[in-house]
Amino acid sequence: MKVRSYLALEGISVIFPTKTGPFTAVENIDLSIEKGQFVALIGHSGCGKSTLLNVIAGLTKPARGVVFLDGETVEKPGPDRAVIFQDHSLLPWLTVEENVRLAVDKTTPGKSRAERKEWVLHNLDLVHMAHAAIKRPGELSGGMKQRVGIARAIAMQPRVLLMDEPFGALDALTRASLQDTVMEIQSQLRTTVVMITHDVDEAVLLADRVVMMTNGPAASIGEDLPITLERPRNRIEAAELPEYNHARHAILHFLHQRYSNPLDEAA
Amino acid sequence: MSTSSAKLVDTGVGLLPEGVAANRGAQIIRHPSAPAMEVAIAMPAMPAKPRPAWLERLNGVVSTILPTTLLLIVLLAFWEISCSGEGASLPSPSRIWTESNEVILHPFKGVTFDLAGMHIQDGGDVGIAGHILTSLGRVAYGYGLSAIIGIALGVLIGQSRAAYRALDPFFQVLRTIPPLAWLPISLAIFQQAGPSAIFLIFITAIWPVILNTATGVQNIPQTYRNVSRVLALNPFEYFTKIMLPATVPYMFTGLRIGVGMSWLAIVAAEMVQGGTGIGFFIWDSYNSSLLTDTIVALVWIGMTGFALDRLVAFIGRRIARA
Repeated sequence: MKVRSYLALEGISVIFPTKTGPFTAVENIDLSIEKGQFVALIGHSGCGKSTLLNVIAGLTKPARGVVFLDGETVEKPGPDRAVIFQDHSLLPWLTVEENVRLAVDKTTPGKSRAERKEWVLHNLDLVHMAHAAIKRPGELSGGMKQRVGIARAIAMQPRVLLMDEPFGALDALTRASLQDTVMEIQSQLRTTVVMITHDVDEAVLLADRVVMMTNGPAASIGEDLPITLERPRNRIEAAELPEYNHARHAILHFLHQRYSNPLDEAA
Repeated sequence: MSTSSAKLVDTGVGLLPEGVAANRGAQIIRHPSAPAMEVAIAMPAMPAKPRPAWLERLNGVVSTILPTTLLLIVLLAFWEISCSGEGASLPSPSRIWTESNEVILHPFKGVTFDLAGMHIQDGGDVGIAGHILTSLGRVAYGYGLSAIIGIALGVLIGQSRAAYRALDPFFQVLRTIPPLAWLPISLAIFQQAGPSAIFLIFITAIWPVILNTATGVQNIPQTYRNVSRVLALNPFEYFTKIMLPATVPYMFTGLRIGVGMSWLAIVAAEMVQGGTGIGFFIWDSYNSSLLTDTIVALVWIGMTGFALDRLVAFIGRRIARA
């Protein structure tokens, strides 16, 4: 019997019913991720990256195939697979603290009020947002909201952290600052992470492994590239390393030569 | 205003008194063709302190209500002039004042307040405010019921597609039935005037509450639903922590329309049955050919309806903020 990885996707196919018949979003995907690994999923829009992430989260049911997490099959969503959504999805009627608190209350039932409050503030501190605990999301910038989104997710102490284009809606400078925060946190927590991104540099800088997806429909995994850059990584120093540029080039080649944007081809 | 003599300076952005120009940090450039002039101009005396906040607020209130007040005066004057001739079909404001003096000046006749609350004299002989209060009591019951049941039904059809498909057609048909048309059925069901009136208010006000609540529930963003699924909130937590707060603005839109409609219904209901209430008062004054009383009652109804609307809107804003 083969030994299964910490997070294992086996033969995943997702089919959506549409008006013009069934649409196969991803087909027969196998992916094995080790504990503590940071995996970036990259591919063109509409290639089924988000679908795959939703399957791991349990938000979408695959037509075929199984997801195993630590030996158990994934049947439904749960706080052990925290998701950081692109639109941060903080509840606007709650303060920053209450937003994180909602997640903490669900995941640490045995703790006292004081302990939970402290845990909330500790996690806000990790993303440098402790100062804004009593603010509402509407009073925060996009980058700050996403920081709180990250705090909410890591406060749940998930077994897997799923990030769906977490910085896609942010400007380049804010994005860089959040990437640094994520690397900082990851160096402490060593959580297993699956992150969807469109950004080649982001993938190479953050990930231990970049999984490239072919274009949909019926997308599959095209290439699986390990990134062996040493940590801690620094964006300026890394950019000068041949290894960094090699990885970057390999991904660009995949995205723009082998599987160029389907929308460009159609045009 | 104190008048003082000041030197006007061409600052390049227009003529300004020298002190003002300097105060504002403007560069004082004398235009060659416009030498400094010695002129007497009126300058407001500089207030020693900024005006107190209450005065600012009063100022704001005055500037808000001033246009309305002016228009009201114009309209009243127009009404007075156009209806003051012999044989005018509508009484003029001054005639309303003289003929309905008693109604206008003694609205609280027959209504007493003490520590135990408010008492309205039995029988029809009470002031107009007494009638309004009686009607408001009925509205409180009927509207309260429609708010509770309407929100519950709205959540049901917003949440369940099957329930929506089953019930929505009924709601769409029933909501178009005017309050008066329900009256015979209501009387047949309840056999008594009191409960029938409350039913009429209930059945009139409930539709916007249901439909707006349902729209609100259907429009809860998918990401909020996903958050609740990832956090594994149970149905009760989902209801209190996500659905209610996300739906409150829609709910209160429905409740606001509903309160207006319930006020429409009370008048209709009491015009036919009753013996008390503002609707009865109108019907009674019409039967007694007291057109001026009717007009006074219309003003009261309008103002009360307006107040109800503002009250519900205010509560909605408070809850949305909390």
